[in-house]
Amino acid sequence: MKQTDDFADLYQEVILDHGRHPRHGKRLEAFDVTAKGDNPMCGDRVQVWVKLDNGTIGAVGFEARGCAISVASADLMVEAVQGRDPADTKALFEAFRDMARTGSCRHCAAELEAPLERLAPLSGVHEYPSRVKCATLPWHALIAALDGVKEATSE
Amino acid sequence: MSITTSFDVNRIRQDFPILSQTIRGRPMVFLDSAASAQKPRAVIDAMVGAMETQYANVHRGLHWMSERTTEAYEACRDAVATLMNARDRSEIVFTNNITGSINLMAHSYGRGILKPGQAVVISGMEHHSNIVPWQLLRDSHAIELRVVPITNYGELDMEAFEDLLRDGKVGLVSITHMSNVLGTVTPAERIVRVAHKYGAKVMFDGAQAIVHRKVDVQALDCDFYAWTGHKLYGPTGIGVLWGRKELLEQMPPFMGGGDMISSVTYEKSTWAQVPHKFEAGTPAILEGIGLKAAIDYVQGIGYDALAAHEAALTEHALARLSTIKGLTIIGQAQDRGGVISFAMDGAHAHDVATLLDRQGIAVRAGHHCAEPLMQRLNLDSTARASFGVYTTHEEVDALATGLERVRSFFK
Repeated sequence: MKQTDDFADLYQEVILDHGRHPRHGKRLEAFDVTAKGDNPMCGDRVQVWVKLDNGTIGAVGFEARGCAISVASADLMVEAVQGRDPADTKALFEAFRDMARTGSCRHCAAELEAPLERLAPLSGVHEYPSRVKCATLPWHALIAALDGVKEATSE
Repeated sequence: MSITTSFDVNRIRQDFPILSQTIRGRPMVFLDSAASAQKPRAVIDAMVGAMETQYANVHRGLHWMSERTTEAYEACRDAVATLMNARDRSEIVFTNNITGSINLMAHSYGRGILKPGQAVVISGMEHHSNIVPWQLLRDSHAIELRVVPITNYGELDMEAFEDLLRDGKVGLVSITHMSNVLGTVTPAERIVRVAHKYGAKVMFDGAQAIVHRKVDVQALDCDFYAWTGHKLYGPTGIGVLWGRKELLEQMPPFMGGGDMISSVTYEKSTWAQVPHKFEAGTPAILEGIGLKAAIDYVQGIGYDALAAHEAALTEHALARLSTIKGLTIIGQAQDRGGVISFAMDGAHAHDVATLLDRQGIAVRAGHHCAEPLMQRLNLDSTARASFGVYTTHEEVDALATGLERVRSFFK
């Protein structure tokens, strides 16, 4: 057995897997909105492309240069937001950010419990305040794209 | 080896109270001294002692407490002058940190002495603090900014450096004495010789260098030298700019205010003598007292012992880390200090740093405030281990073991 037990609270298998092999880590050729995210403190960068489908989020692709946490977060985000409308997506982001900062979502609407469950492997970042922004950076880029803003930072 | 008899790292460690702390239930392995060093008991006691027994504002009080505090604070200037072998204590200007020192230079020398059309030379391995002030000067004052490239080993390209000086337009060279990313120690004497040949003055950013080796400004023959207290085991909030007195005297002030004037009327003010011309406002009194204690502490150990300890640690670390598969050490300069950057295949530097932290090992990760250098190296970030006077071989071994664990986790 690998002597790595105490690594797994933050780096669960799902994060390592999505960080190494992101399913959605590619630029969309046909998209409606896009935005870049930049964390100037650490140099992480992400760009998100979104194809809208009758007012809801259709296909999403991203390119990320950053750590396993930020890449995995971007990939899991894509799976969590597809089919949602922008307002719904922003509510999910608020809930996710709460979870990333505190370890759980304290005031979550019942309908967000299922998508948050999927994002829960990232909740371990709450023990590492400097890494919370790694997890939220792709979300900032996505929300900026939906709002028609070209660039976002996780500052 | 004579060093081991005069230098006992375990005794040194007892001087640093923080080193007995545990992190996540493990002994603290602090390998981030290049960002800021830990403080010995002597520094802590000097600052607390001043607050408890001997504190008032300096330079202007006519009362006993102010005079004693002024003496204690000004003793730091003497200690710095001796440390750097300055010709005169008035050549020592106190700032708030090295960023303050370089901004003072960009303002008072850049705007006050350099003429539009002249050039400033920096290198391809500077910290942002030795890039951005010169960009501001370039944009406001029509000063050209030239950058000496670095070789693939992470050393200055000295031929290119001389080429940049040939047209005689360069008024000032401002270059690091030791890279905070690569550990490279630059050939300071040679830089000065070449620059002076073409009429350029030279300032060194000594933030890292002065921690690792004796800096003698007369032997270097440079014109300015900047450093900061908190990396030399002193407190934050106090930095140093040494400059040749005749140059400091020609330069206009940087910040205006109290303490830096000779006389003030609404029509005209006149300036105090150097160094006070550059020291507006109440200075970092307690920090000066703390820095004096830090300098005394370092002098007590001696730079020879300190440099030998760090050279041995660096050699040991390079040997250990080079055996780790998938780990690349960034920068292979011949002359280097105890700062080692590395990158691991398949693992981002932030993930490496977090997983080392999980084992109680503190390293820095990121672009190290040197983004242009990162672009030159084709890297987004590196992890960096850096050593201090209290670092042990066992801690270097812990780093190597820790990195092996990280690698097996990400493999």
